[in-house]
Amino acid sequence: MDNAQLLISGLANGCVYGLIALGFVLIYKATEAVNFAQGDFMMLGAFVTIGLTNTEYMGLPFWLALPISLGIMGGLGYLVDRLIIRRLFGESQTAVVILTIALGFVIRFAAGLIWGHEPQTLQNPLAGKEIRFGGLVLGLEDIAVIVVTVLLTWGLYVFFSKTKLGLAMQGASQNQLAAYYMGIPVKRVQGFIWALAGVVAGIAGILFAAKGSVDPTTGLLGIKAFAAAVIGGFGSLPGALAGGLIVGVIEPFASRYIAAGYSQIAPYALLLAVLIFRPHGLFSQVRVKKV
Amino acid sequence: MRIIFKTNYMQDIRPWKDGYQFSLYLILLAAVAAAPWWLDDFYLGELTNVLIWAIAGLGLMILTGHTGQASLGHAAFLAVGCYANVILIETGVPFLIAFPLAGLLTGIVGATVAIPALRLHGIYLAIFTLALSVLMDDIIVLAEPITGGVSGKYLGGVEIFGHLVDRWATPGPFFWLVLAVAVIVTLGYINLLRAPLGRSFIAVRDSEVSAQAMGVDIARTKAISFALSCAVTGLAGALMGMFAGAFNNETFSVVISIQLLMMIVIGGLGSIHGAFLGAIVIGFLPQFLSISKEYAAALFGGSTVAIPGLEFGIFGMILIAFILFEPMGLYGRWLKIRTWFELFPFYRKDMFKRQKSYLKTERLR
Repeated sequence: MDNAQLLISGLANGCVYGLIALGFVLIYKATEAVNFAQGDFMMLGAFVTIGLTNTEYMGLPFWLALPISLGIMGGLGYLVDRLIIRRLFGESQTAVVILTIALGFVIRFAAGLIWGHEPQTLQNPLAGKEIRFGGLVLGLEDIAVIVVTVLLTWGLYVFFSKTKLGLAMQGASQNQLAAYYMGIPVKRVQGFIWALAGVVAGIAGILFAAKGSVDPTTGLLGIKAFAAAVIGGFGSLPGALAGGLIVGVIEPFASRYIAAGYSQIAPYALLLAVLIFRPHGLFSQVRVKKV
Repeated sequence: MRIIFKTNYMQDIRPWKDGYQFSLYLILLAAVAAAPWWLDDFYLGELTNVLIWAIAGLGLMILTGHTGQASLGHAAFLAVGCYANVILIETGVPFLIAFPLAGLLTGIVGATVAIPALRLHGIYLAIFTLALSVLMDDIIVLAEPITGGVSGKYLGGVEIFGHLVDRWATPGPFFWLVLAVAVIVTLGYINLLRAPLGRSFIAVRDSEVSAQAMGVDIARTKAISFALSCAVTGLAGALMGMFAGAFNNETFSVVISIQLLMMIVIGGLGSIHGAFLGAIVIGFLPQFLSISKEYAAALFGGSTVAIPGLEFGIFGMILIAFILFEPMGLYGRWLKIRTWFELFPFYRKDMFKRQKSYLKTERLR
């Protein structure tokens, strides 16, 4: 029974990692770059929603604030691409990596300036409610997190593999120049994917803030989400979710059964092990590079 | 404009272009070496700090700037060098042996790490090294009997030929020690770039496939690059430990790794000057910010209360500006200005334009 409880809380945490990893994968799938600021995007999404909903700020009703903050996050993602990333078109990927790390610093600074450095929680209708299920105590937030994440992953998966726009995005990432020739508006597609990543980060942020408290350094959680994305192989949406769940479940079990001090190493050790033995993730999509 | 007539093939690989350039650098070195006489102790300490960061930057520059392998984990190697140095000194090894040994040990650790990292490219390598840097914090805590864990370690002055060299008691000699290391490392670096090994680093950076076609052993080259880079970083770490005096597991955090990478990007990737220019920015930015905040407070009557995270916010903005408007960093900007004057009035806007590369995936689906 104890283990089942650990499993549920691990799954809920893992879903948040999975959602951040989903943001990595989205941008990677469409632009072959990694957004190191995705964790900070999530933190920002949480704070935007807190700013709209919590009574000490604007005090809007939760269900009204939800679409507004997701809209803001989407717009922000689009602006980041329009104003910054698009200028790097044709530059090396390392430039994008360093740029997004710098962006993370700026976002963290701005969030600290606006909302302060104290940990805050999102006031939401699900808070504190729980379901008892034969001895198991399930927080309603945890269930919401799991349901939303699974639905979102499934939706994005269908979007990428079935719709015209999703296929265009994949084409744009596989060969930019050829995609141009085929009439895919590569720049617009790239702007759209950044907006989408912003929305996903917003959802992750809201779910995270509903479960626990956020402060400007929460974005560093992104490092754990890297573990999730790497385990999933960076190119696969279900893989990202699976990776997130693995990391999320390992954490509580490690802290329960492994000596203190060693337990927090577990996710990173797993990350290193995967990189050493399966350099392109468990769901590999890469073969040897050809000229 | 000076015109250099080349009369000998050796002139192409000489470390300096002509006697004029050589004497300029000698004058610069003499001026810096005389710093203890024309700077007060506070600014001498700041200059020492800048030089230590520059050595660390040179270490990372070998790997990232010249071999093209982005590392987000060099703080881990700073830590290895720092702890190795202190622990060796504590066991009674004289400093002059312990210091190079610390560099050597870090190089060996780096080469060991490089073996699994060799198979990784681009972002995967960046993430691998990032995870390494995060892990190092926990490893230092776990290895408490050796490293002192959370309470950390302390290193006072060291003795070199009977002279005390200490950051606080004798800032002058400590500065000269750091300067000597910086000069030796820089000379070694310049020579490395003239040698076949350095050339093969650059070949691997520019295109692994073509380097392989030209007969460069990629795995071996990368491993050597890793080892050299980590050895130099280890030396910088040892000096950093002596500069800080006391240190623990949090001294060499992930943030330091990221700062190091950003520093060489601001300075200019792929140039020795870049490491020094970047270190100057990193070293003097906090001072510059606090001074300008005082000015702003005096002008507008605001408060001088410290804003947490300001330094990193400003730092991030500077970096974004550099990547957008001057991807070649400060050194690239200097090259452009110099060329403008040398060629006046024939400088063209697109002279330094880089070729764009369009993306092709390595994925199959």
